[in-house]
Amino acid sequence: MDIPKIPIAQWVDKLEKLLQEYLSPLFNFIRLIVGSTVNGLESVLQWFPPLLLIVLIAALTWYVAKWRMGIFALLGLYLIYNLGYWSGTMQTLALVLTAAILSVVIGVPIGILCARKSAVQNIVTPVLDFMQTMPAFVYLLPAITFFRLGVVPGVIASIIFAIPPTIRLTNLGIRQVPAELVEAADAFGSTPSQKLIKLQLPIALPTIMAGINQTIMLSLSMVVIASMIGAQGVGADVYRAVTQAKTGVGFEAGIAIVVLAIILDRLTQNALRKKKKQ
Amino acid sequence: MPIIEVKKLTKIFGPDAKRAIPLLNDGWSKEKILKETKLTVGVNQASFSIEEGQIFVIMGLSGSGKSTLVRLLNRLIEPTGGEVLFNGDNVLKMSTEKLRRFRRKNIGMVFQKFALFPHRTVVQNVEYGMEVQGMSKAERHQKAMTSLELVGLKGWEDSYPDQLSGGMQQRVGLARGLANDPDILLMDEAFSALDPLIRKDMQDELLELQSKMKKTIVFITHDLDEALRIGDQIALMKDGSIVQIGSPEEILMQPANKYVERFVEDVDLSKVLTASHIMRKPETITLERGPRVALQLMRDRGVSNLYVVDKGKKLIGVISAEDASQAIKDNQTLESIIQRELPSVSPETLLHELFEIISTTRLPVAVIDEDQRLQGIIIKGAVLAALAGNTIPEAGA
Repeated sequence: MDIPKIPIAQWVDKLEKLLQEYLSPLFNFIRLIVGSTVNGLESVLQWFPPLLLIVLIAALTWYVAKWRMGIFALLGLYLIYNLGYWSGTMQTLALVLTAAILSVVIGVPIGILCARKSAVQNIVTPVLDFMQTMPAFVYLLPAITFFRLGVVPGVIASIIFAIPPTIRLTNLGIRQVPAELVEAADAFGSTPSQKLIKLQLPIALPTIMAGINQTIMLSLSMVVIASMIGAQGVGADVYRAVTQAKTGVGFEAGIAIVVLAIILDRLTQNALRKKKKQ
Repeated sequence: MPIIEVKKLTKIFGPDAKRAIPLLNDGWSKEKILKETKLTVGVNQASFSIEEGQIFVIMGLSGSGKSTLVRLLNRLIEPTGGEVLFNGDNVLKMSTEKLRRFRRKNIGMVFQKFALFPHRTVVQNVEYGMEVQGMSKAERHQKAMTSLELVGLKGWEDSYPDQLSGGMQQRVGLARGLANDPDILLMDEAFSALDPLIRKDMQDELLELQSKMKKTIVFITHDLDEALRIGDQIALMKDGSIVQIGSPEEILMQPANKYVERFVEDVDLSKVLTASHIMRKPETITLERGPRVALQLMRDRGVSNLYVVDKGKKLIGVISAEDASQAIKDNQTLESIIQRELPSVSPETLLHELFEIISTTRLPVAVIDEDQRLQGIIIKGAVLAALAGNTIPEAGA
């Protein structure tokens, strides 16, 4: 028997058209929110004189992580400034922070729902697998269709790629709260939300933070891809250098991304440890 | 009216568990139900009632269903059938909201592994129950501090649980359970995770707290010594069923079946039996009688000592046969030959505390109550007989 080719491609195209036709007000709304968040963040970051901001970030890193990290941040950021990638790095930082913030805002509640209802978890887990394994270029196309070129589809693509760890680890963190503690909270007559706020979230926090850290790292890894659809920043510098086969320039821009990644990583990793010491 | 009345309370684990209830009613065993229906019987038609101010101990080996049973009382585990009446109000019929109120106001709980919240300080842990019911910060803090003081942890309120020893952590657990002054305190193997010495201290402290606060306590344990030490009533569980309910003495002296018998045979009787269990009736005489009457009485009863009491049965002293015959010769009164110094104990004295006294005296030990009235005497032979597990003389006989 000859089974005809299953027209998945046509179905997806049709779905894309339908979504664009009926949900464009929603997409425009999202575009507005995301766009203004990125732009707002970027203009705040660009408003600071670069040298002042370098010192501020270095001081924050010193305070949160070790003093050696503070020195590293100072030197690393100054290197970025010196190489002339400051403005691009701030654009990238704005993109990454927006993606991270939105991932947390969306991901943590989904993670909580997963932890509460196994049915939700059973639906969400394969979707997350899909999001993480589907090559990012594939969903760049619909992102452009829905959100047009620019930084917004870049943020959306970053979120799709980077949100899974936040959801997974929020779910895991809450599920790992020892059963006897949950039982004790129940025995004293907690409502479900009291249990969540007073017990589960505080205890799951280190795990959730590990998820957020991963999310930030993953969205940083998306900046080059995002630059292909018009997101500005050091990612775009890397992309341009690659297309023009300028190894040296590519390396310079790459260093800027690495410095940014290390600082963001150490900041999020140590944020809790610092708090616990106090 | 009992504060808690439990009627045919049943928990069956598994899908569509209710279908096994008729089978239990037909007398099917736990094994048979598991084999035929794949359902696990956790608690099988438990019925008992608890009077206010009692320490009710539920005892059994692990897997006997005791921890499940205690969780059915506050519905941490949802019962499959039966009734739990709290002051006549059926807990199983309570709405979510009402159940929450019941847990907040009426029933506290202390857990085996303490279950303290690691991210909260000691006092914040103790405040938790009052916090969730919306009590003001000042009020709950003050109550928590009172409760901490009660368990002897004043000064530790700002520590975190992991900075405390096991015994102290469980004191926090106890303080948390008591802080809101609940009517009932459920204690699930509360002392099982503690070292034996600390455990005994905690038992003593619990008894002392209980004498002050008169709480109704449901205490779960797998340790018979513990059950006998603190229980007013003991329910013995096996395979989800209660096999016997009774006072510690009833459980020891009249085991309902072979299972209970096996359970109690290893008990260190010297730590359970008291002076009142093994004392016998003393031969007494009042002070007005003369030495001749005394000597005659001793001959008649075949004893060599007589206990002298006043009309209110208050113990005055003891006289011996030799002294009595000497007094007759010297024409003295009874009064002059009384030995007023003699070993005495209270009826609650445990057997193992009696050993030393018994071994250092020639005379039988007098048992006197708090008003100095003579209740009985203990002879060496009775102590040994009791330890050997032989016929234990009826109290006071």
